[in-house]
Amino acid sequence: MNRRICLLYTLLPAALVALLAGSVVYGAVSIPPESVLDILLGGEPQRASWRHIVLQSRLPQAFTAMFAGASLAVSGLLMQTLFLNPLAGPSILGISDGANLGVAVVMLCLGGSLSRLADLPVSGYPAIILAAFVGACAVLGLILYFSSKVKNNVMLLIIGLMIGYLASSVISILNFYASTDKVHAYVMWGLGNFSGVSLAQLPLFLLCSSGGLFLAVLLIKPLNALLLGELYAANLGVRIRRTRMTILLCTGILTAVTTAFCGPVSFIGLAVPHIARLLLGSSNHKALLPVTLLTGSCIALLCNILMVTPSMNTLLPLNAVTPLIGAPVVIYVIINRKNIHYFN
Amino acid sequence: MSERTPVIEAAGLRIGYVLRNGKKKVVHSGLNLKLYAGEVTCLLGLNGAGKSTLLRTLGGFQQALSGEVLLQGKPLSAFSQAERSLAVGVVLTDRTHAGGITVYELVSLGRHPHTGFFGRLKKRDRDIITHSLQAAGISHKASGYVAELSDGERQKAMIAKALAQQCPIIILDEPTAFLDVTSRIGTMALLRRLAREQQKTILLSTHDIEAAIQMGDRLWLLEKERPLACGTPEDLILGGLFETFFHKDDIRFDPATGKLTATAPLTPIGLTGDPLTAHWAANALMRNGWRASSPDDTRIHVNCLGKRQIVITPPNRPPLCVNSIADLIATIETLNTKDDKRNHL
Repeated sequence: MNRRICLLYTLLPAALVALLAGSVVYGAVSIPPESVLDILLGGEPQRASWRHIVLQSRLPQAFTAMFAGASLAVSGLLMQTLFLNPLAGPSILGISDGANLGVAVVMLCLGGSLSRLADLPVSGYPAIILAAFVGACAVLGLILYFSSKVKNNVMLLIIGLMIGYLASSVISILNFYASTDKVHAYVMWGLGNFSGVSLAQLPLFLLCSSGGLFLAVLLIKPLNALLLGELYAANLGVRIRRTRMTILLCTGILTAVTTAFCGPVSFIGLAVPHIARLLLGSSNHKALLPVTLLTGSCIALLCNILMVTPSMNTLLPLNAVTPLIGAPVVIYVIINRKNIHYFN
Repeated sequence: MSERTPVIEAAGLRIGYVLRNGKKKVVHSGLNLKLYAGEVTCLLGLNGAGKSTLLRTLGGFQQALSGEVLLQGKPLSAFSQAERSLAVGVVLTDRTHAGGITVYELVSLGRHPHTGFFGRLKKRDRDIITHSLQAAGISHKASGYVAELSDGERQKAMIAKALAQQCPIIILDEPTAFLDVTSRIGTMALLRRLAREQQKTILLSTHDIEAAIQMGDRLWLLEKERPLACGTPEDLILGGLFETFFHKDDIRFDPATGKLTATAPLTPIGLTGDPLTAHWAANALMRNGWRASSPDDTRIHVNCLGKRQIVITPPNRPPLCVNSIADLIATIETLNTKDDKRNHL
């Protein structure tokens, strides 16, 4: 194994631990680090509210950020390799838009009558999460259907974009007829955040996300063959149809789960695979996939820390922070594409 | 003629596509073909003749509409995808996105059909990769990025990948298409060497007629609505097949030179003397509308005494001596115009 890989395999986990600790220690409410440590070790803090803040809010939020970042980054990498298009991302296929639509239906149409849903096992936040999942999976199903009809990946990508536009169009119509407070609530969700997962919901989120990530790790060998294009890959024994389906399913799970729990999070899926490739200097998925996963976690945790506005008692919206890191990376990559190996 | 067992064999093969509405679009039918180990076979044909379709069919990327391809005696349709990836390796013209991996990693992809679920390379795999890199003459670039390779080197790397795949058959789609002239000859020479040394069966499509005639052990000439012509380049030329396959509008194949030329009315001219000078004198004369023939009293006679001494003898006139091909052409042109004027008078 070369030195760069060894270095990254040491530095990235170290950075991850540091950022994770930072996310728990640093927040809108100032709590001394020794108290945070005390709380984590089960001690009694000076103020009872601190205990709640650390265990019920910061800890789940940090883990959510870590897994959401990894999920989005890996699904972005899968899309970029499958479509052999460095500018593909999980939102490109319309899967995020499908999740948005599901949420919009719940928040804008049923929002006022959530109480009527009280009899059902899901209401309020769980209803939103379920709706996002259903929406994402519905679009995923459509994409899977079209992927068996349309052989060309670029055409499939355009179909994904069109489905995304259709979903956005329906959301606009729903917005038009909805009351102001509902529209406001929906817009707030659309800003994205890592704090929507409660400690009770955390295990479910981590389970779904890890499942998707595990599936992605199983795809490393065919992903490398796909770098040569589908014909070469087929000649190397890759069963193209089945592999395409598995990659789409894996991306669908990762995107749907993340969007459902955190809202639509922009740029991490698009930019992190590029950061990972630039750090690693290779598009060999054997190292690239783990590095993308770790980098995604680190970037998401970094965003999570940057969201904290020290003077105020609230957090900046997540989607106000991610483009600050993501957009410059994408612009850098596009401008320097002639000198970047993996573009050629 | 020795009886050898063909590695690939097909009789009455019909190739083409099944359209969405279930109808079949036949590109070519009634193809009879045989490929032998240790030989380079070049598939020649104009665009639209069905070269790519034939290669895709033989490579197992698409099914024949009817008829069966026998691969080492076994029907191609009976091969699983995994078995096929061990039998036929391909080198295509498709743009790849492998710029970000090293040449070694690219060649190691050729081991995919042989490795396990995670593609872990054992010592044997690494040895085979090293040998393939050497055989293709690209081992000096092994740790470089694919993106840094020239077109010729990239082609060698893809050939090394096919070698690492250890298939008895290698099919290449226009392997010399984007290469400069030295890389073209280099690639063809490499393929010939591999066919000889490793007893590979190599089939490639090309538009480069001259290279195919020069380097191909066997040629396949493909044209719509005609049976496939197979044979050694020389037999096909002497049998007059090239002229019929490559006769289009004003273009014709010259069996004497093995080249395609734009047809012009060619007047015979006598040409003798030093073979090298005469060869290039003929080349220049042909460009100017003359065909080199045996000397005759009724036509101009060009006698090449040496590279710098050419004697031109017009019929019934004293000989002229020139010392370059340029002067030869200029003199012949003036003689010709004089003749024309005299004819008019």
